Amino acid sequence: MFETNYSEASFKFELIPIKLRSVSFQKLGNNLIDNISLSINSKGITIILGPNGAGKSILMRLLHGLEKPSSGEVLFNGINLNNTIRLKQAMVFQNAVLLRRTAIENLSFVASLQRPKQTSNLNKLLQEVGLYEKKNLPARRLSGGEKQRLSLARALVSRPEILLLDEPTASLDPYSVQMIETLLIKLRNQNTKIIFITHDLNQARRLAEDIIFIHKGKLEAYQSAREFFNNPESKFAQAFVQGKLIF
Amino acid sequence: MQLFSESLQTAFYLIVSGNSDLFEIIMLSIKVSLTSLFGSIVIGLPLGAFLAIHRFRLRSIILSILNALMGMPPVVVGLIVYLYLSRSGPLGFLSLLYTPTAMIIAQMLLVIPIIAALSAQIIEDLHIEYRDLFRSLNVSTFKAIMAYIIDAKMSLLTVILAGFGRAISEVGAVSIVGGNIDHLTRVMTTAIALETSRGNLSLALALGFILLAIALGVNIFAVKVKNWAMDR
Repeated sequence: MFETNYSEASFKFELIPIKLRSVSFQKLGNNLIDNISLSINSKGITIILGPNGAGKSILMRLLHGLEKPSSGEVLFNGINLNNTIRLKQAMVFQNAVLLRRTAIENLSFVASLQRPKQTSNLNKLLQEVGLYEKKNLPARRLSGGEKQRLSLARALVSRPEILLLDEPTASLDPYSVQMIETLLIKLRNQNTKIIFITHDLNQARRLAEDIIFIHKGKLEAYQSAREFFNNPESKFAQAFVQGKLIF
Repeated sequence: MQLFSESLQTAFYLIVSGNSDLFEIIMLSIKVSLTSLFGSIVIGLPLGAFLAIHRFRLRSIILSILNALMGMPPVVVGLIVYLYLSRSGPLGFLSLLYTPTAMIIAQMLLVIPIIAALSAQIIEDLHIEYRDLFRSLNVSTFKAIMAYIIDAKMSLLTVILAGFGRAISEVGAVSIVGGNIDHLTRVMTTAIALETSRGNLSLALALGFILLAIALGVNIFAVKVKNWAMDR
């Protein structure tokens, strides 16, 4: 069981709904996100789908404040994204970025940043991701799947209200994928809002409550998972679901 | 070959006989080099870290200057320090010329560019790797710099060793600002230069072997520390 004790305060979904109002993002003259407006009201797992280069990671970085919109605004429960809101989020990056320290030290680094001091049991977090036995190993010596699980455990140290995951299971072994998915479901049941990027349609079917589909920086569909897979809103989404090439 | 074997014997004899002059020179060499190294780390490391993580207009110019200074001839540094510390110079009132302090200052000017430029490159690489994570965690600049230094400690140790090598092997600057005064500012390198000019090649070479042994010992110690840390 996932036993990390979240305080009552973190069960209130203070940051929902998440709204994007006419958000665009340009870089080097390219429109990477093109006038996206949507309101995420669901409290379950929201999956962002789309082909390579669609702008999924940029969209997530905009949600986390790592990029600033060229125009438009990102609102959390009506408040513009700021540092306070960002501290209530945590992000797991596509390529696990780990400090050149032991597994437990990666977690304790984040714990040392928390004000007030958080009470998460770091050893318990490592147990949850199956890394307790390796807690004193340098993080760089872990396998790809272990590194990603450690990244996830580290993200949970701050007990985020919103957890953003950028393809955390890409090219991982089935054991690691299953472990991460199980953990995400438990977190969802503990009322952590999860936004998750994946290419894996089966994974989306397993986990998603609602799905955002973007293509070439444009929002093509935002539907509940059931609606998305049964009757996608756009022809691109339909082609994607059918496994066809889309241009 | 005979000269080399004689020199080795002389070096061995000088050490086992407990020659007080020799030990005085060795101790002053180590003291001056370590002090200048410490001062260079205190200034060079934060400077390198600052240049690594901040983007500002003059950054690339400063880095280019530091890179150029890494290859600056020691005699030029010695001359500049000499001009500043000489009686008619702007810092002449401090009466530091021909003292170990002047030698430390000259060595620091040689070592700071090495520490700053190389650590900037190492920390910049780490900064690129950690940047998004630290922004995501809202890590303060101070804590980020500390994290970079801790996580890059092995590479930075190599930089520090390079700085120590530059300091302990340097002769041009310390002879100009130190004057190679017996029992006051004579260090290994200036003693070697003096004995060579006197034609006492055997003793000069013996001193060279001892200097080499010190540098080798420091490097072996550093490698041991590095391996120990890597295993952890």
